[in-house]
Amino acid sequence: MKQSNSVLPNSLRAQPDAGGHFGTFGGQYVPETLMPIILELNEEYRRALKDPSFIAERDDLLEHYVGRPSPLYFAPRLTEAWGGAKVYLKREDLNHTGAHKINNCIGQVLLAKRMGKTRVIAETGAGQHGVATATVAARFGLSCTVFMGELDTERQQPNVFRMKLLGAEVRPVKAGSRTLKDAMNEALRDWVAHIDDTFYILGTAAGPHPYPEMVRDFQSVIGREAREQIQKAENRLPDLLIAAVGGGSNAMGLFHPFLDDTDVAMIGVEAAGEGMETGRHAASLTGGAPGIVHGNRTYLLYDENGQIKDAHSISAGLDYPGIGPEHSWLKDIKRVRYETITDNEALAAFQQLCELEGIIPALESSHALAEAAKIAPTMDKDKIIIVNLSGRGDKDIYTVANHLGVKL
Amino acid sequence: MSRIADTFAKTKKENRAALIAFITAGDPTPDATPRLLDSLVDNGVDIIELGMPFSDPMADGPAIQKANLRALAAKTNYGDIFKIATEFRKRHPETPLILMGYANPMTFKGSDSFSKSAEEAGVDGVICVDIPPEEDASLGVAIRDKGLDMIRLATPTSDEARLKVILNGASGFLYYVSVAGVTGLQQATEASIDSALDRIKAVTDLPVAVGFGIRSPEQAAAVAKKADGVVVGSAFVACIENAVTHNQDPNAALEKLAKELSSAISHARKEIRV
Repeated sequence: MKQSNSVLPNSLRAQPDAGGHFGTFGGQYVPETLMPIILELNEEYRRALKDPSFIAERDDLLEHYVGRPSPLYFAPRLTEAWGGAKVYLKREDLNHTGAHKINNCIGQVLLAKRMGKTRVIAETGAGQHGVATATVAARFGLSCTVFMGELDTERQQPNVFRMKLLGAEVRPVKAGSRTLKDAMNEALRDWVAHIDDTFYILGTAAGPHPYPEMVRDFQSVIGREAREQIQKAENRLPDLLIAAVGGGSNAMGLFHPFLDDTDVAMIGVEAAGEGMETGRHAASLTGGAPGIVHGNRTYLLYDENGQIKDAHSISAGLDYPGIGPEHSWLKDIKRVRYETITDNEALAAFQQLCELEGIIPALESSHALAEAAKIAPTMDKDKIIIVNLSGRGDKDIYTVANHLGVKL
Repeated sequence: MSRIADTFAKTKKENRAALIAFITAGDPTPDATPRLLDSLVDNGVDIIELGMPFSDPMADGPAIQKANLRALAAKTNYGDIFKIATEFRKRHPETPLILMGYANPMTFKGSDSFSKSAEEAGVDGVICVDIPPEEDASLGVAIRDKGLDMIRLATPTSDEARLKVILNGASGFLYYVSVAGVTGLQQATEASIDSALDRIKAVTDLPVAVGFGIRSPEQAAAVAKKADGVVVGSAFVACIENAVTHNQDPNAALEKLAKELSSAISHARKEIRV
């Protein structure tokens, strides 16, 4: 039962509109200097999608360079421990560079090449997107600058070194809260000043149109594969999909191919940080309101004067006060449910996966696992959950050791 | 006629460009801003652009980024900005006042609420850095409904087709961002500004003001030969930063710079070219 590529007009997969709006969210909120380049990018992206050689090159790289398809792994001991629904893990952690981020970078670097750009830039939080960007830049011989909040360069030192090994320049951003949002500001400032030769490889399904749509499309390989794999394994679709949401690209990638399957429930998991009640969290959908920043209208964390608030999460990849606009829309139309998981809950799930399945998950993905740990026991044993294991946790061992009081 | 149109009519008659000054509301404190605005107006500034501080000023260079941070550290809030505007209007009935800033602080209460507050405070126009014509419905419609000007930006990346899109719904004046970059860093060459002004003037009757990277009286004078307005921001903001760092009153430096710029602009078209 292969899904048709044609999308019906009333399909939930037909968003966004031509201007990049998902309902009232999304859009193109950028300085005028950038408008011509994002309009050109949008046109080039549409042309590329219709070009069989672009698709063939992307798919070839995904297979032989990234290592796709990633396995859909049945987790027997986790399923037994939770005592309810069958738990499958979509193993994006097994991709080259260790996370889902590379799926998007492959697509965007091919576009950069098509557009004749010689330099790529990127923002990064945990460093996974920075590493993936540095990787594709090396592979295609492009110059690469990665903007990373100074605080994140401190808590993700192994990834900083990886990027440097791959030939990228890492620019620590000292402005504001010195995390992902400030890195994004700085990347946009650089782009405005270097539009002629530079392509901005944005790492999540957010920002100005066409990025939310384009990143989602490049990440949808996750959901397309999972759909085929689960039908092969179980001869039916899953009952529930669970994925962590920071900007939301791994979740959009898993969810999008299933949006029209009304029997498939979906949960996006936001970072509750030290707890929603403390105000120190990164849950923009649960604890924020619609606003405009970084090129799109979406749910955001901001104060009573419209100033963007700092987000807080143990996971640098979720430490962002916004969210991709398609998630904002999916929340408002109630197609996807959004829940929150604290730092401590994520740490517990991190350790449980290590001990029961011999897999060290990223702290981002541990948020999705922690939600699955809550909900799986309440479901019947014939039900099926797919958790997106969006990345591996090697980068996080220092953070985890620190929280467990272990000195490395 | 609006205050903005009146001002450009007056400076045109005087055969000079208008001097437009930008400072950030609340920098270094909300209480200090009114006096700083007076210093500008009393020393030759024709139009005020009052920046609304924002936590994430993604189109600004280091000087204005720091001004935003100083204003926010001084707890400048939404109400302070309209209070500053309201009192400015009482003291300066004829000087145009423009609010300049980013989308979230302007729209988070709803564009109708913002435009109503702006109109009541005696604001004449609005420049929003990250609302291009494509997203006009988020703000421009409400601003024009109140009879205020939605001032649009054109850049070196705006070709003829793009200029048409920008000008559709633009009023007051057109703000030409002379460099593709952030505020306060590089300056465009006189030749590139000249040719851009030719291109823009061919397609609009709106006055054209040029900004980004204009710091010195010499630079201002060069631009003022052809432009209808010259915008200086980072240089004024740097005066404030410098004074704050040395624990001095910023008004003296601001007055001096305003005077020098005003004088340079006034004489720009009268100099005999050799």
